Amino acid sequence: MTNLMDRFELDRRKLLMERSVPGRIGVSLPPLDVPVAPMPDDSLLRHDLEMPEISESELVRYFAQISQFNFSIDHNFYPLGSCTMKYNPKVNDEFASLPGLAQIHPLQPESTIQGALKLLWRLQALLSGITGLPGVSLAPMAGADGELAGMLMIRAYHLDRGDDQRKSVLIPDSAHGTNPASAAMAGFDVVTLPSDSSGNTDLEALKAAADDNLAGLMITLPSTLGLFDTNILEVTRIVREAGGLVYGDGANLNAILGRVKLGSLGFDVVHSNLHKTFSTPHGGGGPGSGPVVAAERLAEYLPAPIAARIDDGDGHVRYGFDTPPKTVGKLGAFHGNFGSLARAYAYILAMGKEGVHQTSEDAVINANYILSQLRDDYDLPYDRGCMHEVVLSARTLKRRHGVSALDVCKRLIDYGIHPPTMYFPLIIEEALMIEPTETESKETLDHFIAVMKAIATEAKDEPELLHDAPHNTPNTRLDEARAARRPELRWRRASSS
Amino acid sequence: MPEDAHRSPYIPNTDSDRRAMLDAIGAASVEELFEDLPDNLGELELDLPPARSELELMQHAQELASMNRVPGDYACFLGAGSYRHHVPAIVRQITSRSEFVTAYTPYQPEVSQGTLQTAYEFQTLVCQLTGMEVANLGMYDGASSLAEATLMAARITGRNRVAVAGSLSPPYREVLNTYAQAPGLAIDTLDPNQPDLADGTACVIVQQPNFHGYMEDVDRLSALAHDNGALLIVSVDPVSLGMFRPPSDYDADIVVGEGQAMGVPPAFGGPYVGLFACKQQFVRQMPGRIVGKTVDTRDRTAYVLTLQTREQHIRRERATSNICTAATLVALMSTVYMASFGKQGLRRVAELCYHKAHYAASLIDDIPGYSLALDGTFFQEFVVICPMPPSEINERLLDHKIIGGLDIDGQIPNGMLVCVTELNSREEIDRLAAALAEIGATA
Repeated sequence: MTNLMDRFELDRRKLLMERSVPGRIGVSLPPLDVPVAPMPDDSLLRHDLEMPEISESELVRYFAQISQFNFSIDHNFYPLGSCTMKYNPKVNDEFASLPGLAQIHPLQPESTIQGALKLLWRLQALLSGITGLPGVSLAPMAGADGELAGMLMIRAYHLDRGDDQRKSVLIPDSAHGTNPASAAMAGFDVVTLPSDSSGNTDLEALKAAADDNLAGLMITLPSTLGLFDTNILEVTRIVREAGGLVYGDGANLNAILGRVKLGSLGFDVVHSNLHKTFSTPHGGGGPGSGPVVAAERLAEYLPAPIAARIDDGDGHVRYGFDTPPKTVGKLGAFHGNFGSLARAYAYILAMGKEGVHQTSEDAVINANYILSQLRDDYDLPYDRGCMHEVVLSARTLKRRHGVSALDVCKRLIDYGIHPPTMYFPLIIEEALMIEPTETESKETLDHFIAVMKAIATEAKDEPELLHDAPHNTPNTRLDEARAARRPELRWRRASSS
Repeated sequence: MPEDAHRSPYIPNTDSDRRAMLDAIGAASVEELFEDLPDNLGELELDLPPARSELELMQHAQELASMNRVPGDYACFLGAGSYRHHVPAIVRQITSRSEFVTAYTPYQPEVSQGTLQTAYEFQTLVCQLTGMEVANLGMYDGASSLAEATLMAARITGRNRVAVAGSLSPPYREVLNTYAQAPGLAIDTLDPNQPDLADGTACVIVQQPNFHGYMEDVDRLSALAHDNGALLIVSVDPVSLGMFRPPSDYDADIVVGEGQAMGVPPAFGGPYVGLFACKQQFVRQMPGRIVGKTVDTRDRTAYVLTLQTREQHIRRERATSNICTAATLVALMSTVYMASFGKQGLRRVAELCYHKAHYAASLIDDIPGYSLALDGTFFQEFVVICPMPPSEINERLLDHKIIGGLDIDGQIPNGMLVCVTELNSREEIDRLAAALAEIGATA
């Protein structure tokens, strides 16, 4: 006999199709107010449609219950490195949800969407101002989409000059996986660059690789090690002198907002993740938005469309869409993720000049504060100050006590804290990549530091506590190998046999 | 009232917090923390306006919004890849829950079962709607889904030509061109009566219903593809599948589509979600996130991101795609939409659109000077040949508080692509017909 308390737990996990009862429905249907038209030939029609039949009240309770299985920025400290899980301001959602912005159709005549176009044009100008690069396209729908666009621009630039042999793209070994994947989609051969002993780009390796086949370099600044490459001017100079272009992955832009303009460092094209640096909610894996900004020599290749401000001469200004003359093309059916763009626009206006500057200051202070308080409890792979995130390592805990970075992360969950990014960057053994962001208070950081110290102590005294963690979640650790070995990717009706 | 130093409500720490933290760090000033940055780089001053209060921000939002003419205030007959349908309150309410909205990608499954279980529901419902065996957690939008499906077909077949039905949405074709340029895929336009495919064709691509709203002879295209060893890729409008046969019926290999029509506002073109489903045998060539079912250490059901060896963070330059962040929250909107309408409702919505569009088409076809451009079966969109350029008509329709159909004069002379959904009341349709008659009479 099933215990009634267990029953509650089990029932929460029942899927929609298992909740379905013939005859129920979750929404009221409007009447038909026009004459019925002749139906199409029966051979075109569908005769069976298997879909759930569930009342509205039951649906709400189901989704509300399982929503609570999530950790989220609104409920938990979420120091997920390289993901910039900062607070998502509520006014941004209200801003973007106004019917005058959320209900407009992407194909309306330009004269009927002047407000939306003005917003896009102004956001382009704001991003250009922040990065110091003149060309902006808001079309890419995520960071990786911006990378693809930027790498296609680099490809088009070289082909335009008859430099067909420029096929190699250098990517540091600390890079996000999207970088090599995007470069490959843009038709390049990826060459991995090592980092030197202090976490900077290895200049000797770079010089050796910078030959006539060089198309460009993809580099994240600050790097995924949380470090600002002190060789960066030398790096971009070497690449440019060899005829290559410099692509900047802007995932970590939060660290340098208002401190340095990427244009003045020699970057040719950069993407910015609005769902990181500019606070748009991540939605459990999207939507994102990844505008690309470009130097003069690449601007004519930007993806379409671009919002334009058109002066009609008589003092009358209007806004429209433009296609860059040598565009690499369209990335999506319409004009990018407008809902995310509107949120990021609202965020930048709310922060203003002072706020944007304060953002990088506090992001960097917060990360260095964590570094300073935890450096004796965990390994610090590079003994130098960090930028907006600190990469620690659990390698000593692993060696001495058999406790891994994974164990530390899962134990953090018991304390109500979302784990940092783990086992990344790949070049750091037992990596714990911690990004607190500027929206966390000193009290939250002090609590996190205390918890991390407590976990380091537990690792010595009660390692099984960590091996078995988490303890209080709807699920304990998962058998991930089984999921991949015997993929069950959807619900299916149990066979009657 | 003294002006306080700038204080953002999003940044909690005060100067005294900062001082305490800098002391603990052992830094004399915050500038020390930035000493790795090069100096003497010229103008650093940010060209940004001063911070705006929340009050000022919403006033500005209202000002921008009021510069737009908004469907709802206006009767709107635009579709062409972005569709206006009724979005039940439950969709907005559930998908506004911050447990879903403010979570990251579910890398830590023990604290992400809400996202993961709903993702599994999405995959299930997309499979059931399309009739396909497996689906992923969604792509950026319908057009990028189609482009990725094409790359996938090229990988599977080892071929590098693509045959596209001429009735494919033009922007989808453009996105395909963007993705095809680096791998060097040759794109052929299918002649409607063409008996064979060019050698080396990886896939046949067809949109159903097509860009003009009409049903294609998909059985013929399916045979054409499969007789030549190519895959059939179908781009669907998911709402049409409430009444029309699913792509599995005609042996589609990969099915893509724009999920926006199911529960997502037009939002000036995004964020949307690309649907992506295929036959089981191709699952390891799929792009994007996939959620699978497994058990935890106590043998309880749980969900997790799986088949990750296809993905960029593991496979890097050999990944099936570069996609990382996609559109999980938008997929959730579609999931709640499909669950709330369910078996009866999805059919009903499709039929409402069908009948209303046919009512509108018959009214317009009867107006002197206007005629339907095409024969065949259509769903909720159709092409009208107008007595004058559609751009002029649309300009004048605005005076009648109507946003007209899409001007497709470039494809069909004086053609207007009209979309009618359940949101267009009979009164709106009658008003459109009357206005078209009045405008047409001046031609």
